[in-house]
Amino acid sequence: MAVGRMSTPLSRVRGLGAARSGTEAFWRQRLTAVANLPLTIAFVFIVISLLGRNHAAVVQILGAPLIAVILMLFILSITTHMRIGMQVIIEDYVHDEGTKLVLIMANTFFAIAVAFACAFALLMLSFKV
Amino acid sequence: MADVKAPVERPLSPHLFIYKPMLTMLMSIVHRITGAGLYFGTLLLAWWLLAAATGPSAYAGIGSFMSSLFGRLILFGYTWALMHHMLGGIRHLIWDNGYGFGAQQREWLAIATLVGSIGLTVIIWVLGYLVMGGSR
Repeated sequence: MAVGRMSTPLSRVRGLGAARSGTEAFWRQRLTAVANLPLTIAFVFIVISLLGRNHAAVVQILGAPLIAVILMLFILSITTHMRIGMQVIIEDYVHDEGTKLVLIMANTFFAIAVAFACAFALLMLSFKV
Repeated sequence: MADVKAPVERPLSPHLFIYKPMLTMLMSIVHRITGAGLYFGTLLLAWWLLAAATGPSAYAGIGSFMSSLFGRLILFGYTWALMHHMLGGIRHLIWDNGYGFGAQQREWLAIATLVGSIGLTVIIWVLGYLVMGGSR
């Protein structure tokens, strides 16, 4: 046992206890929350600017480099944020270990699938395929 | 491990329902509910982007769904959930920095989140209709 009565506080921190992981999810949730703020405001303005436009105009705007990059950053940030948030909800309310494991896996698959679907669509729009 | 003691009977902490409902409690659970709503709402975002990438007919399909009454209700709810979760998130970031824990500050932040989210939602929809300008 590295973490014992004789160990220093530093080694205790490095040991990270029984979970073997620290505050990554907590910190990442705050980091993406801060990133989500300007990205969400940009997203709302982009959507408003597209209202009522025909398909060709929408493709042109969504495929513009600046818009596509902002939207991809938005998608990266929100899907990371929502994956952590949903995992917290699952851990709070699902107490059966097997069900919890399956739901946490499904949560990860969902978040990554949404992220890749959105990013792929934006790349298609950018390259006008 | 000679003498294994039986677990001590400690008093359990009282759960939610013994407390009088308060606005801050409501805001807490609404933050979680709006977060979960936004989670599933990303399917709409993916559908919209994939439809735009697929072609004019697919894009027209999601357009007719979104401009229906049901579609507009979903979008309106989604706008409010997004604004509420955003302002609620700012509130949490204020708390993370150690501010806003006073009794009056908590109440004020809860009311500001609610009023702000409704106000921003209305502003966004007014802007939206102004931009569309009767093109639909």
